[in-house]
Amino acid sequence: MKPLLTVSNLSVTYPTRTGVVEAVRGLSFELGRERLGIVGESGSGKSQTGRAIMGLTPPPGIVRADALSFSGVDLLAATPSTWRDMRGSRMAMILQDPKFSLNPVMTIGRQITETLRQHETISKGEARRRALEMLKAVQIEDPERVFALYPHEVSGGMGQRAMIAMMLVCGPELLIADEPTSALDVTVQLEVLGILDRLVRDKGMGLIFISHDLRLVSSFCDRVLVMYAGRIVEELATADLAGAKHPYTRGLLDCTPKIGESRHPLPVLERQKEWAA
Amino acid sequence: MTIRIENLSVTFDDFQALKSVSVTVGKGESFGLVGESGSGKSTLLRAVAGLATVSAGTIEVNGEALSGSRRSRAFRRAVQMVFQDPYASLHPRQTVDRQLLEPLAIHGIGDGERRILKALDEVGLGSSFRFRYPHQLSGGQRQRVAIARALIVEPEILLLDEPTSALDASVQAEVLNLLEEVRGRHGLTYVMVSHDLGVVTHMCGRLAVMKSGEVVETLAATDLAGGRMVSDYTRRLMVASKGFTRETEPG
Repeated sequence: MKPLLTVSNLSVTYPTRTGVVEAVRGLSFELGRERLGIVGESGSGKSQTGRAIMGLTPPPGIVRADALSFSGVDLLAATPSTWRDMRGSRMAMILQDPKFSLNPVMTIGRQITETLRQHETISKGEARRRALEMLKAVQIEDPERVFALYPHEVSGGMGQRAMIAMMLVCGPELLIADEPTSALDVTVQLEVLGILDRLVRDKGMGLIFISHDLRLVSSFCDRVLVMYAGRIVEELATADLAGAKHPYTRGLLDCTPKIGESRHPLPVLERQKEWAA
Repeated sequence: MTIRIENLSVTFDDFQALKSVSVTVGKGESFGLVGESGSGKSTLLRAVAGLATVSAGTIEVNGEALSGSRRSRAFRRAVQMVFQDPYASLHPRQTVDRQLLEPLAIHGIGDGERRILKALDEVGLGSSFRFRYPHQLSGGQRQRVAIARALIVEPEILLLDEPTSALDASVQAEVLNLLEEVRGRHGLTYVMVSHDLGVVTHMCGRLAVMKSGEVVETLAATDLAGGRMVSDYTRRLMVASKGFTRETEPG
């Protein structure tokens, strides 16, 4: 079967006054209709990878790749209008904090129907019906009420559900979730992940889940890429997490304190130069 | 008893952030405050430091009853605070040296040169960091400076408000180790706020679980780890912190 997304030798660079910063260096992977996790610490290039796939690398960043294609579309050659057609309808992205990623001066309902009416020719009434249906699908109990609310009137968990609803309403084939639950409380985090999990499964989407939390990602995804300094240092099936070989992955797993363990002091990650080579 | 808080209430306009909370922390103890956002855990810490206006109840630190937001100079020396975001808690236009000098100047402590070098050494930074600005430091290094600034006046109690939640996991481990080491060396009392049960059980002997302005349960960290909790809420938090579990596929 042809993969949904092919990334081959992707690099993202930023020219700065002090030289070129290489945020992503020679990244290659393929994604089918599966849940893929990308894990790394700040500065590892995980978010830059997600942004490059969505064509959202901010200037003056430069994206290069041998191949970057999404279900038959060559993303490297995509024109702005191709991007506009694709984003929101065929590929979508959920960001970390709904406080910043929702439009503060538009009601939630209008933001969802805007997505729909941008990509499909449907009537206002039909768009409203679909939006309400989607809000219900993300387990919002009173969709009519939330439809009319502004983002500042809802909690973080509710905002993130609205964000998911907005992103999935056109039924995309690929969803990139960049730290979708990091701004949420732990108990809310699980509810939101549960909703995301069910929708991804039911709609048969490909999901890229970007996070700094190796344990969370591995409990959610089928496969994990561990990134360090812009490169993949290890690829793992989540079932084999305990058998991680790379010292960086092992270090990441070891250095977080866990309930019911007594390790004083905690093992510290000794960064080796050759990891970044 | 080092810190005794009785029936403490804090109200912001018509929102009750703390509802009659009672907590005691013994000398040399490391005490954790756990809860989700809006549970009042940070407010409790800030009330002790005099950063939140108390509407009812009493706070006693080292036998000294505290009222309002006024604190004596002795209190300010004995109790120091470290905040969550090392990017926001250091002055962006002052060098590390200047920021460490400030508390010494306030308390009229001499011998600045030696103390600054000692404080930097203690947090593992070394003298080469002395004349740098915050933007020239990483997040972990900034948090070390914030800890050095707290330690330089030789306090007895450290109030830690999510000291590692803005840091990467590997850096978090380093800062937690540093905090433990410092506590062991100086016999400090810690009150530590965190949303991360793993971090709190690692660092603290006892902890209070908070929810919507109330203490749900106070228990020993070993009891939490062993699943010996009384309230359902604590149990829920515990399950949630273990990560995502997939509901079984239908059909």
